[in-house]
Amino acid sequence: MLANGSPVPANGPSLLLRGLRKAFADVVAVDGLDLEVTRGECFGLLGPNGAGKTTTIEICEGLTAPDAGTVELLGLNWAGNEKELRQRIGVQLQETQFPDKLTVDETLRLFRSFFHRGLAVEESIRTAQLEEKRYARVGTLSGGQKQRLAMACALVGDPELLFLDEPTTGLDPQARRHLWDLVDGLKHAGRTIILTTHYMDEAERLCDRVAIMDHGRIIALGTPQQLIASIGGEHIVEFAITGHENGDGLDPALVTAIPGVQSHRVDAGVHQLSVRELHTAVPRIFAALTGQGLHLSEFRTHSATLEDVFVDLTGRNLRDE
Amino acid sequence: MSKLEQASLYQLTMVRFRLFWREPEAIFWIFGFPILMAVGLGMAFRNRPPDVLPVGATAVQLTQALAADKGLTASTMNVADGTQALATGRILLLAIQEPAGVAYKYDETNPDARIARMVADRAIQTAAGRREAVHAENQLVHETGSRYIDFVVPGLLGMNLMGSAIWGMGFSIVDSRQKKLLKRLVASPMPRWQYLASYLLSRLAMLVIEVVGFLGFARLIFGVPFRGSIWQLGFLCVLTSLAFSALGLLVASRARTMEAASGLMNLVMLPMWVLSGVFFSATRFPAVMQPVVRALPLTAAIDAMRGNMLQGMNLGQLAPQMGILLAWLVVPFAISLRIFRWR
Repeated sequence: MLANGSPVPANGPSLLLRGLRKAFADVVAVDGLDLEVTRGECFGLLGPNGAGKTTTIEICEGLTAPDAGTVELLGLNWAGNEKELRQRIGVQLQETQFPDKLTVDETLRLFRSFFHRGLAVEESIRTAQLEEKRYARVGTLSGGQKQRLAMACALVGDPELLFLDEPTTGLDPQARRHLWDLVDGLKHAGRTIILTTHYMDEAERLCDRVAIMDHGRIIALGTPQQLIASIGGEHIVEFAITGHENGDGLDPALVTAIPGVQSHRVDAGVHQLSVRELHTAVPRIFAALTGQGLHLSEFRTHSATLEDVFVDLTGRNLRDE
Repeated sequence: MSKLEQASLYQLTMVRFRLFWREPEAIFWIFGFPILMAVGLGMAFRNRPPDVLPVGATAVQLTQALAADKGLTASTMNVADGTQALATGRILLLAIQEPAGVAYKYDETNPDARIARMVADRAIQTAAGRREAVHAENQLVHETGSRYIDFVVPGLLGMNLMGSAIWGMGFSIVDSRQKKLLKRLVASPMPRWQYLASYLLSRLAMLVIEVVGFLGFARLIFGVPFRGSIWQLGFLCVLTSLAFSALGLLVASRARTMEAASGLMNLVMLPMWVLSGVFFSATRFPAVMQPVVRALPLTAAIDAMRGNMLQGMNLGQLAPQMGILLAWLVVPFAISLRIFRWR
């Protein structure tokens, strides 16, 4: 670990968390978290609501003090380096409402004035694609535009490290894609980005690496491809069977015995198999079911996603609430 | 951008101005309301020629005797009508002709009625031939500064400075906290003291408009006197406004919702509206309450302003009031800096 104030090697981690712990009353929000994010990386904290993502990111942002553990940003601790760190990071919080009666331009001018160096207001407006709304009052913006304004406020200090807390929650699909393009652009400009989300497609689309969080812990860490590969099969087969009164009469051992089938689970009457090679496994599945005299009412396949990883790890869906 | 425009304190203060000017209701309450209040009170308590008191009498010769006095208007009526007129306030006194002389029917607790009793008796005795034992002559004083409007204008000024400071601080701080804007600002490199300072700076700037507008109006329309130094009055206004800003900051330092904040603000201001002598002298409260009443910032502010405007007192003579205001500035400010909730 680096001592305070010592020169930071250019390839040192942007963010380093060790043994992070935080409890609110008797609820443990973050339960022993270790994490390292390297420079230039777009890192995602993925998990259901209440997994501890926001607490974790707010500890990183120096807004919440951890009960235990160390936090290092750009090689610096919060204690004693707050002024410098605030100059070097950009923050977007969940649910910030900027004053309705200020214009986009005025809001950005205000935030720009807090930083010693940074982007020109015009440039941050251009990056957030709010040119047409520059002199419009914040109260007249759509949800997506407000979120892009929040992004512009986070960017206006030209941060080395950018925190985005659920940047697309509550947005319609089009506004989400718009924001994704924006994050893509920032990524390609080489910024280090740490974002939280409970949308697995968002994490898959944007993040170089993802940590899946549940109950305050990281239960899986890796690139989206690694995580998907970790569940054994790259494809998911889902089917349902008609007929029987007590369950559907399918013995799980029968399907897991099929070569190429990695795992089996049942959710609301739908069987889910993770499968390595679709073209060899599917005919065998059909054959096995027909051999048992079972009739299919549904059958579909999709490529495995982070959602399937989460289901595989926890037995729950990401958005089970 | 110029150097000034890049300064965060400038930007924060400008934001305060913009948000204020874009809120028409706030403008009315701060600038319009006190003037309307002064107009209303000025009309109600306008300087009239000495009141002509309406009285009634049951006999024509009594009516003539009463009407001979310039301070009375008299009409003849029977006892039943007269009693009815007394009850509804159309007359203040009824003179009843009786075999042995005259009886006066009036409400002794009404000061006007007591005056009517004295004037009516004088008129009737004079008509009956009474002569003054001692020759007396009147020297009338017509002086501004002793009218009710002169008394109430400093009171309204103090009340307005209290309201604008406490509402101005309280609502916008709690609103920013509720909307998580405070938390967002704290996540930026904004120096926290500048946030609070921007409120004070914008308050002071608006204070100029507020005070000059209101006092200018009171001077032009009612001829309210300024016997003390205008600069010292300005200083008193600044001190008052800062003291109430500190109190507003304290009120806003923890509240998470607007409802909680407005409850607290009313809790703070209501006792002062009643006790601090805005509309009548605070000396009317019983002696046991006086230490409390005197210690309230609004009482100190209004006393100091009346001292300056009506009695021409200088700051040295107003030191006790200024001391109280200073204490109300320092203590709440120090407490709120310690307990302020930034998120």
